[in-house]
Amino acid sequence: MAKRIDVSGLTAYYGSHKAIDDISMTVEPRSVTAFIGPSGCGKSTFLRTLNRMHEVTPGGRVEGKVLLDDEDLYGHGIDPVSVRREVGMVFQRPNPFPTMSIFDNVAAGLRLNGSYKKSELADVVEKSLKGANLWNEVKDRLNKPGSGLSGGQQQRLCIARAIAVEPNVLLMDEPCSALDPISTLAIEDLIGELKERFTIVIVTHNMQQAARVSDRTAFFNLSAVGQPGKLIEIDETERIFSNPSVQATEDYISGRFG
Amino acid sequence: MSNAVIADKPRSTLRGARLPKWAPYAIAAGSLAVGIGISLAAGLHSNIQWGLIAAVLFVVGTYVIAARVEGPRQAKDRIATSLVWVAFLLAVIPLVSLVWSTISRGVKVLDIYFLTHSMGLIADSEPGGGIYHAIIGSLEQVGLATVIAAPIGVLTAIYLVEYGRGNLARAVTFFVDVMTGIPSIVAGLFILSIMLMFEMQPFGFAGSMALAILMMPVVVRSTEEMLKLVPNELREASLALGVPKWRTILKVVLPTSLGGITTGIMLAVARIAGETAPVLLLVWGNSLINSNPFEGAQQSLPLYIYQQYANSAGSGAAYDRAWAASLTLIAFVMILNLVARGIARWKAPKTGR
Ligand SMILES: Nc1ncnc2c1ncn2[C@@H]1O[C@H](COP(=O)(O)OP(=O)(O)OP(=O)(O)O)[C@@H](O)[C@H]1O
Ligand SMILES: [Mg+2]
Repeated sequence: MAKRIDVSGLTAYYGSHKAIDDISMTVEPRSVTAFIGPSGCGKSTFLRTLNRMHEVTPGGRVEGKVLLDDEDLYGHGIDPVSVRREVGMVFQRPNPFPTMSIFDNVAAGLRLNGSYKKSELADVVEKSLKGANLWNEVKDRLNKPGSGLSGGQQQRLCIARAIAVEPNVLLMDEPCSALDPISTLAIEDLIGELKERFTIVIVTHNMQQAARVSDRTAFFNLSAVGQPGKLIEIDETERIFSNPSVQATEDYISGRFG
Repeated sequence: MSNAVIADKPRSTLRGARLPKWAPYAIAAGSLAVGIGISLAAGLHSNIQWGLIAAVLFVVGTYVIAARVEGPRQAKDRIATSLVWVAFLLAVIPLVSLVWSTISRGVKVLDIYFLTHSMGLIADSEPGGGIYHAIIGSLEQVGLATVIAAPIGVLTAIYLVEYGRGNLARAVTFFVDVMTGIPSIVAGLFILSIMLMFEMQPFGFAGSMALAILMMPVVVRSTEEMLKLVPNELREASLALGVPKWRTILKVVLPTSLGGITTGIMLAVARIAGETAPVLLLVWGNSLINSNPFEGAQQSLPLYIYQQYANSAGSGAAYDRAWAASLTLIAFVMILNLVARGIARWKAPKTGR
């Protein structure tokens, strides 16, 4: 069940440092939204506010609203742990649990949440690995450590781990930046399949990737180093790349930035 | 023209003259011989003197020869290498001689009988007897101390690394630092003062408490270091799956660092296993078997060694027993270390394919 995200007036701080300022946008369900923008403009920070991971950082603080199908994630009495079960995340660097086997890595979310039936576990693992296009490569060595896979396989393992808990939204922070073109393609194809079931937000520095995989693209920028990042515009990917309404977006996309 | 160049064969700038592989050994042997020669000639009798002369000759000789043959940069390289070797030997010699003398003197009376009998009614100056009561005492006291100190230490470290912010964490860190510096006799006196307040007689568990005080900061420090080594990405990966923080710590952070934590605890155990002062104050020593750590004086291995030396008025039998007990103690610590290494290797995050 993909869900819609409605962000309004979101500001995030690291201690006293304001990292992003007053961001409002809507992320449509069953679609891929790409975030692009220069380094340090707060893409990762914003992404992490969407599943309340921002406050895990010491000093991390958020103001504003994030509605997930009309429920405010930052509302009173909302449990961040439950939020993270609904909004999954894939990180820039593949980070499988080193003490666990491939099987256990995928099962980790269910096991650690304590909400699973033993008989279903193997099915869920198989389904998730298939969903992440990894099943054929690892089905013979499910009991081998996950850290023994190649980088691209590890990243797909992390995606399998994230989708095994059936989140409504999947956040991906530069999921391909450490991967070769072939693994990247595999993951891009995967994103195309996953958007049938999930709402996907992806941060990328690769314009072609944003153009290839996303339906909508958001461009972030910051006026100067040390200033908070701002959302410049969000629109259909096609329009952003052909005919953006803000000059800065066009400059950035065509490489005339700075 | 080009032929001439080839015929000339200019010396490669990448390849210089090298000393042969065996050169360092030859220089070492030479300096040893010269060192002994000088000592004999000068009538020096101490082993230390000719050893030091040989060491100095070795370092200087390496430098001079390498400088002449290979050039100054390689000579500096060689002098660093030879200094490391000399330092290594200097560090190893006392260790080897300690192990050697303990083994050679310890095996004299070390047998099954020795390990399974107490001193009973044997006077300290007579031959016979054994260390069964001391082994029992040591195991119980150290075991109880570990049962107290290891969980508290690990939990404290978890608090400091995973939760600790602000003043409380800083205060805890400060007190752990202070505790690290407490001399063992002071820990013993502290427990003794409490015992005197309640008019208690010496017993094994009192010693355990003093040992626990000594052990706790070591466990906290080593566990802290191990937990800090766990990459933050793993914690975030787990949290992002919707796993609560305490479960993340229990199921992801601790398993990842379990090997290191166990090693740290084992090393802390090894450290307190040899403590004598607090045991002397609080447990007193006993030549009979007392396997109840909560009542009555007990024996312990380090205390036994001390008492064999102190109370036997130079009897050879007592000295032999002391050495045999030392050997047992060292073996105990070694076994603990091996076990720790085994666990560390077994539990280490797997990287194989
Ligand atoms: N843990 C942190 N503590 C303090 N400041 C931080 C922290 N992480 C990020 N920042 C600051 O927040 C701002 C935004 O960082 P963020 O990582 O969100 O940028 P980004 O757009 O993801 O950059 P990149 O494209 O390089 O990943 C930067 O100014 C950065 O210095
Ligand atoms: Mg980033």
